[in-house]
Amino acid sequence: MTTTILNKESSPLAIQWSWWLLMILAAGLLLSMYSNVFDVYEIGIVIFSAVSLGLLGQNWPGFRVHIAVVTGLSLAGIQLYGNNLTSAESSFLLNYILSSQSAIMWMSTLYVMATAAYFTGLFAQSAFVEKVGSALTWSATTMGIVGLMVRWRESYLMGDDIGYVPVSNLYEVFILFAVITALLYLFYERRFRTRALGGFVLLVISAAVAFLLWYAFDRNAADIQPLVPALQSYWMKIHVPANFVGYGAFAMAAMIGVAYLLTSWARDKQSKGVMAKVMPDLLVMEDLMYKAIALGFAFFTVATVLGALWAAEAWGGYWSWDPKETWALIVWLNYAAWLHMRMIKGWHGRPMAWWAIIGLFVTLFAFLGVNMFLGGLHSYGEL
Amino acid sequence: MSDVNVPSKPRQSFGKRLVSLLGSMDLAITLLLVLAIASVIGTVLQQNQPYADYVIKFGPFWFEVFESAGLYDVYSALWFLIILSLLVVSTTVCVVRNAPNMLKDMWELRTQVREKSLRSMHHTDNWSSGIEHSQLAATMQANLSDAGFRVRQTEKEEGLLLSAMSGSLNRLGYLFTHIAIIVICIGGLLDSNLRIKFAEWQGDLKIETRDLATNDVPVESRLPVGNQAFRGSIQIPEGRVANVAFLPLRDGYLVQELPFALKVDDFRIEHYITGQPKSFETDLVLFDDDLAEPLKTTISVNHPLIHKGYAIYQSSFADGGSGLVLEAWPLDERAGASPEKFAVKVFDKRPMTWGDKQLRLEINSFRPFNINPDPTEEDPKNVRNYGPSFGFKLRSPTGEAREYVNYMVPVMKDDRPFFLSGVRSSQAEEFGYLYIPVDSQGSLKEFNRFLQRLRDKDAVERVSKQMMLETLTQMTDGENQQLQDNLQETLKALVTMFLRGGFTGVAEFIDTSLPEGQKEKLGSAYLSMLREMLARLFFTDKDQTQAVTEAELLFLQDAADAIGSLSRYGSPVYLGLKDYAHVQASGLQIAKAPGKNTVYLGCALLILGVFILFYLPQRRFWVLLKQNDSENEIILAGMSNRNPRDFEQFFDQMRVQLRRETGNSDSH
Repeated sequence: MTTTILNKESSPLAIQWSWWLLMILAAGLLLSMYSNVFDVYEIGIVIFSAVSLGLLGQNWPGFRVHIAVVTGLSLAGIQLYGNNLTSAESSFLLNYILSSQSAIMWMSTLYVMATAAYFTGLFAQSAFVEKVGSALTWSATTMGIVGLMVRWRESYLMGDDIGYVPVSNLYEVFILFAVITALLYLFYERRFRTRALGGFVLLVISAAVAFLLWYAFDRNAADIQPLVPALQSYWMKIHVPANFVGYGAFAMAAMIGVAYLLTSWARDKQSKGVMAKVMPDLLVMEDLMYKAIALGFAFFTVATVLGALWAAEAWGGYWSWDPKETWALIVWLNYAAWLHMRMIKGWHGRPMAWWAIIGLFVTLFAFLGVNMFLGGLHSYGEL
Repeated sequence: MSDVNVPSKPRQSFGKRLVSLLGSMDLAITLLLVLAIASVIGTVLQQNQPYADYVIKFGPFWFEVFESAGLYDVYSALWFLIILSLLVVSTTVCVVRNAPNMLKDMWELRTQVREKSLRSMHHTDNWSSGIEHSQLAATMQANLSDAGFRVRQTEKEEGLLLSAMSGSLNRLGYLFTHIAIIVICIGGLLDSNLRIKFAEWQGDLKIETRDLATNDVPVESRLPVGNQAFRGSIQIPEGRVANVAFLPLRDGYLVQELPFALKVDDFRIEHYITGQPKSFETDLVLFDDDLAEPLKTTISVNHPLIHKGYAIYQSSFADGGSGLVLEAWPLDERAGASPEKFAVKVFDKRPMTWGDKQLRLEINSFRPFNINPDPTEEDPKNVRNYGPSFGFKLRSPTGEAREYVNYMVPVMKDDRPFFLSGVRSSQAEEFGYLYIPVDSQGSLKEFNRFLQRLRDKDAVERVSKQMMLETLTQMTDGENQQLQDNLQETLKALVTMFLRGGFTGVAEFIDTSLPEGQKEKLGSAYLSMLREMLARLFFTDKDQTQAVTEAELLFLQDAADAIGSLSRYGSPVYLGLKDYAHVQASGLQIAKAPGKNTVYLGCALLILGVFILFYLPQRRFWVLLKQNDSENEIILAGMSNRNPRDFEQFFDQMRVQLRRETGNSDSH
């Protein structure tokens, strides 16, 4: 068994403390600035965000930089807008970089470039090009989140009663999916000290980007539409992101499954090709696949329970066997079976990789197919 | 769920074998997947639709087959419940069988291990130290404690054994997740309609399929006030009171009595500036004898009222029987010549008779505003308010019906105002629209005057004669009675034809009846003569000294177009909406879920359990200190039940640290 030493490097204590201090200050500043308008949910959300960001950034330098840049660019975008949505037409920065639509176009471009860079780096066996891939992925993710942040402000500029957190329609959650999947990948990239899987994971993100672009240009999905009454709820703001941590992790597991299968076939054939040579150890990939599915499963469980709590408030029952609900259950049962197989029955290797890939299709149907084909109470993001 | 430690002895009793089957991992995983696949059915086949819809969709044979398989309500079908119960039983057996071991494992530090097994573990190391025995033990204990381990020392024959464990709660993760599944299913069962099904099976309850007034629903279709779970709905018009909810069930319903009465004071829809609905709200008054005074409150989507465990939700809205004042303008000859006013209510049905024709008027809907995209605009997002409208059907004695939607306020088309009426003969079609021009007084008088004039035999006779004479004077000098008669008859026939089928009717006549060679020449002559006739009839009592205005010509053209399409419109009258009193009905969903808290408890356990299971690994360390002469031999071993890669690293760290602390940095 070859050993990959996990990267569990801690940041220097001084930096850890400064980071936490920064988070506390930021949360404190927000709470004092808006103390007269925040309700108990909003106070909770601020504190929860500060703690999550604190934990993630504590020992993850890349994430700290990312958050700093996101904050800076988002504030710049909001500042440039002022109180006028039409500022986007007169300001160069807004028009070409910071308005939500431009930022999201940047995100799309950068993700596709990152995919190309990762694969080039992998096949040319160039660590430098792979590093460029990481840098592009970080930049794309930054632009994606900036895009969402600025869009949040833009929605309020359209009208005080129109404004909403942009995790409410299919266009917005696709962006969310891309950035969450990328962040999950970047976390494990550092932890497992390998960039070889980058291209594979970025491939699914690029597919999401392709869909996003089609959806935006063909269906004008990028336009901000006010929320229907059913979606005006605090539950949505936590239900949807939790769900997408699940979807993102499952997607990542499936793509690692693809990499696993290709590598294991190449090694079986004693191929001298790149796949056999440069890909990480099969056991490492398997472990990573398990970790992604476990993480996805945990968050998917939380998301489904949050959904049930919300349904009890909006639809008159915590469970209605609505198509989306039912498909969430199917996804959950599928991964529950996967985890039992691995943890108890000790299944491993190719069958589990195949199963993880099939799992992505089941997930994809729950995420997209239900809206496209089945309708029901969840049919907010129609195609 | 674990299939370890169940040796399959050949002479096991049936009971034992059954238990071991039920508790087997294979069965559990199979059930998870079967449940997943079975769940798909209910998402592909729309559930709980009216039975008639299914018959149309599948035909009588497959309808029966699917019905007997319970596919129209899969999630309460017997076979589905059996799968679910099996999963609960299987999980229960697993928990019961494994819980004792798990609990033991949580506390036990495994002080019984032998040196041999320590040495054969995957993670193991040994070295020696010159430090004094008891001090060495204290150092080891301190290091392990600092790393978050619980440590116990036992004197063994082989030496001093330190057994250590961290993450003992990991086992609780297993118990929590699996107990959670059982708890959630039990809670769900409490809230299911199993009781209703049982009562129905026993014959105590009968589903009502007839369309009855609430009070007429027989007692065997009524559910008394109780603590049972239900989910029903009711529509209450503004100003009215109700104290029941309707439970839709298969092809009928049941009536659930409530221990309180609900009055809807007001229902409101607010809109965004873009026209989309922003909120649906109902002002409710709840009357309950247990309350000192009636409870007044406002509910909206996402903000239900909860009273005594009954949750009351805003779920839909409808018309509550708005009062309409209609004005029927005659379009058909048999409908008379002047308009007639009458009052109706939405959902009224009344016969309409004229001549030998008899239709039934059914008022179906009323909308105080219609915010729609403008179909004539380039930008479909440019929505505007088309004002109030009402919908009705005209049903013939054979049951066929045409559906209409009429708008109260004139609609602008090419900068001219029209009354708009949509018509279609089936739900599947799009509405086709009749545009009736509005006169300068904003009424239909001018249009009606023109229509009546066209039907006025004397006027047509007079005008056609005059026109014939003028035409013939121009053409010939001599008198030809034959030609005169022919021309006048043709002119009259053209008007009649026009009344019957519009310009298209005339064009069809030209196309089918005229000789091939003359079609083009004569055809265009006919059409221009018809236009001239229409114009003369239109202007017949106009002050001849005043010039004809552009507006009048356009009105004539629009009126002629409208009359021309009357044959396709199908209604003998145009029903104009003169006034209305809007009454809305609020659609409420009323539910009681006594199992809800049980389910929530299960959910909390599940989340807690899942995170413990994945992120709190159970780790064990053993240190055996063997005193050999002046030196102590140290045997270190460790194991973890999760994340071997992380543990490998952790073990290595501990190993290096312990070696350093005991004066041996020779790491290998």
